[in-house]
Amino acid sequence: MTRKARGDVALIALALLTAAIVVLPVASIVGLALQPVPELWPELVNYVLPRTLRDTALLLAGVGAVTLTLGTATAWLIATHDFPGRALLAWLLPLPLAIPTYIAAYVYVDLFEPLGLVHQALTGLLPSSEAAALLPALRSLPGAVAVMGLVLYPYVYLSARTMFQMQGAEVAEAARTLGASRWVTFWRVSLPMARPALAVGLALALLETLNDIGASEYLGVNTFTASIFAIWLNHGSLPGAAQMACLALAVVAALVALEHYGSRGRAFSLSAENPQLAPRTRLAGAKGLAAAATCGLPVLFGFVLPLGFLAYQSLRRGLHTQVAGLAGSLTHTLIYAAIATSAALVLGLAVLTAQRWRPGTLTRAAAAVSFIGYALPGLVLALGLLAPLVAFDNAIGRLARGLGLSSPGLLLIGSGAAVTIAYVIRFLAVASGFFRAAYARIPLDYDDGARVTGAGQFTTMRRVHLPLLRPALWSAAIIVFVDCLKELPATLLLRPLNVETLATSIYQYASRGSFEDGALAALLIVAASMAPVIFLTRLADAPLKADSTEPAPQSAALPQALVSATR
Amino acid sequence: MMSASRLTATIALALSTVAFGTGPALTQAGEVNLYSYRESKLLQPLIDAFNADTGIKVNVISASSGLDQRIKAEGENSPADVVMTVDIGRIDEMVQAGITQPIKSAEAEKIVPAQYRDPNGHWYGISMRARVFYVSKDRVKDTALTYDELADPKWKGKICSRSGQHIYNNALFAAYVAHYGEAKAEDWLRGVKANLAQKPSGGDRETARDVAAGKCDIGIGNTYYWALMMNKDADKKPWAEATRVVLPTFKDGGGTHVNLTGVLLAKHAPNRANGVKLIEWLLGEKAQKIYADSVYEYPIRAGVAVDPTIAGYGTLNADKLPIAEIAANRKTAAQLVNKTGFDN
Repeated sequence: MTRKARGDVALIALALLTAAIVVLPVASIVGLALQPVPELWPELVNYVLPRTLRDTALLLAGVGAVTLTLGTATAWLIATHDFPGRALLAWLLPLPLAIPTYIAAYVYVDLFEPLGLVHQALTGLLPSSEAAALLPALRSLPGAVAVMGLVLYPYVYLSARTMFQMQGAEVAEAARTLGASRWVTFWRVSLPMARPALAVGLALALLETLNDIGASEYLGVNTFTASIFAIWLNHGSLPGAAQMACLALAVVAALVALEHYGSRGRAFSLSAENPQLAPRTRLAGAKGLAAAATCGLPVLFGFVLPLGFLAYQSLRRGLHTQVAGLAGSLTHTLIYAAIATSAALVLGLAVLTAQRWRPGTLTRAAAAVSFIGYALPGLVLALGLLAPLVAFDNAIGRLARGLGLSSPGLLLIGSGAAVTIAYVIRFLAVASGFFRAAYARIPLDYDDGARVTGAGQFTTMRRVHLPLLRPALWSAAIIVFVDCLKELPATLLLRPLNVETLATSIYQYASRGSFEDGALAALLIVAASMAPVIFLTRLADAPLKADSTEPAPQSAALPQALVSATR
Repeated sequence: MMSASRLTATIALALSTVAFGTGPALTQAGEVNLYSYRESKLLQPLIDAFNADTGIKVNVISASSGLDQRIKAEGENSPADVVMTVDIGRIDEMVQAGITQPIKSAEAEKIVPAQYRDPNGHWYGISMRARVFYVSKDRVKDTALTYDELADPKWKGKICSRSGQHIYNNALFAAYVAHYGEAKAEDWLRGVKANLAQKPSGGDRETARDVAAGKCDIGIGNTYYWALMMNKDADKKPWAEATRVVLPTFKDGGGTHVNLTGVLLAKHAPNRANGVKLIEWLLGEKAQKIYADSVYEYPIRAGVAVDPTIAGYGTLNADKLPIAEIAANRKTAAQLVNKTGFDN
């Protein structure tokens, strides 16, 4: 076997191993679902599904519309325009991601419902009852759509921004040259070209909505996921809950397949001659201000307002006394998130690259299942992981005893490894989704060219792919890292004894009805998110093409040289 | 970018730190492992006092659900010794999952009334909370109310509650089924639903806020939330001050619905003796006092004083219904919530 062939085999093996790990928890949930629960489905069909499916569909439609609008508009403005405050807004826009959805719901209800701060302020101007009548009804479907949309739009923003940046400059230029206005160019050229990326961002936002339980129950929306947990915990039927989770998974899988089918043959490659970031149009005066406002309002309501509330509560309640106790939580959180993020990115890249270089049934299947961990509620995923994790631990234990060593106990589930594995399985979808959309942009000619010149897989990856995938890589890194920082349900069930993360610390206060006491822990999640967001936003903004300020000068220039050399 | 080999080395180092550096030694003498549905931060005063009294170190994991599944999966290697739950349903789940063993403590049998422990000795209640009404001080003059009259049309548009599928309501509705049977319970739930001022949402704290804001006159909530708002949170104090706690009863002569914090001993407890010691210690006067004061629950041990705020609600006449009967009716209660569209 040649060196290259060995490289491909190793890559395929890694892709298949990744897929196998992702499938394990799903398989154990399917296993649970196989136990018949005959009396359950008539009840569900008669009384539960009609309302729960309607409410879930309306919630998803609403959140989808809000995230798609906010995410696309802000991403297009940031990626292709210059306006006052752009640099600041570029790294503020992803940050609502750092506010856990249920915390956003608590904050909004606390502030805006009767007797809250807003009501108190209005009462200075109006009689109390008239002031109360002006307040929005947040505990409602529209309230849930607004609150969830405001903290989930960054999924779309980050994916759309990457794609708008990667749309070669001359495509837009060509459209403009042919007489298309800026709007027509946006609607007819930029937007359709960004479709695969928008689909990825939208899918992530919708799955996050679908699998949420805290915010929607609190805001009085009967979601399908809430029904899954009611069936498990109140009906005492884990198999019934597993069946419902499998049903949701099947619907999600069908929708994903439909989108893939719909976008077949629509791949728009980067310019082979001259890959570069789109130049930014300068917006001055009123247009500049309008652009700044469009980007500023989601930041204000999705981030600044909750952040201000949390800071206010931290000061008011003297939460600085918690600092020593939270230091350990912060350390655990950062370690788990850093390892899981690195692993998810590496494995996601392996899965998508294997499919790119050796397209076949196995590699395609591996790429297709890589999203599956995100399609289950976190707690269901954790339940499904229990059996495989313990089976592995027991196998190691038997091996140790067979070798005459003392048993190491429960290696994975007794340590943070279980939590980290759960994060990787769950958030691999983010990495593979972003890489899928970005790879569709890179012509296969580049790979062939590199190979013709004798470059091995690793070299091709490092010198051709990574420089071009960079915007997608950093965006995916931001999302995975921040998602890990705030992950709650799987962490709660799978963490080792005596270990808290920031998210579980917040939850401890929230679950006894005083989430404000968790404000400092929530601020730490925001703080831990900010450094990578600022750093990675800068990297993503750096020009794709090598220039004098870029430390790795030859990297992105290579494909062009290779492509011309092979013509 | 970090080179691949350096990245790999960093990951490997960090992984080994996480994998091997943080787990406590699980079967050492002088330790006990507690799996808890009660938040570990709330347990800290108890854990510290137990450690000071006995020298035994307590390792804790707290979660909101699924601990039964974790212990079941961990099997014979499970480090779990003692399990603490905050709801009747969760106690029942543990026993049904077959992951517990009889505690066999003569001392515990003496302290815990028969109603609040398992006849087979698999679990003991250690404290109670009651599910009660927060009523408007201005608009409700009644001092004695029944659960039954939540369905009375005179309260139309005046009742507030969180989701009917929440475990606290699930247990209350299950108790109603146990008292009156399924058919009457269905009528009652339809009546309550018709009286709701708004779609069920929020938590017990928001229910108090809604009563204080005039959205409704009677809210359903747990005893300790009101005390927490009154004593521990200046921002929420006005909500408590605008309301009054009424301890409702069942019209058929039953008392106020209570739910239990209970303890169980895991089947494969590696530190069984320490586990039993912890359970017995939790039932001692000192622990009962600490727990009653820090979480505003009713102590299970006779003679231990309740917190003054809780005492201010009036004398608790706890319902006499066996806990096992409530647990047995949880599923029916959940089905009725679906059938009557309570949460719609």
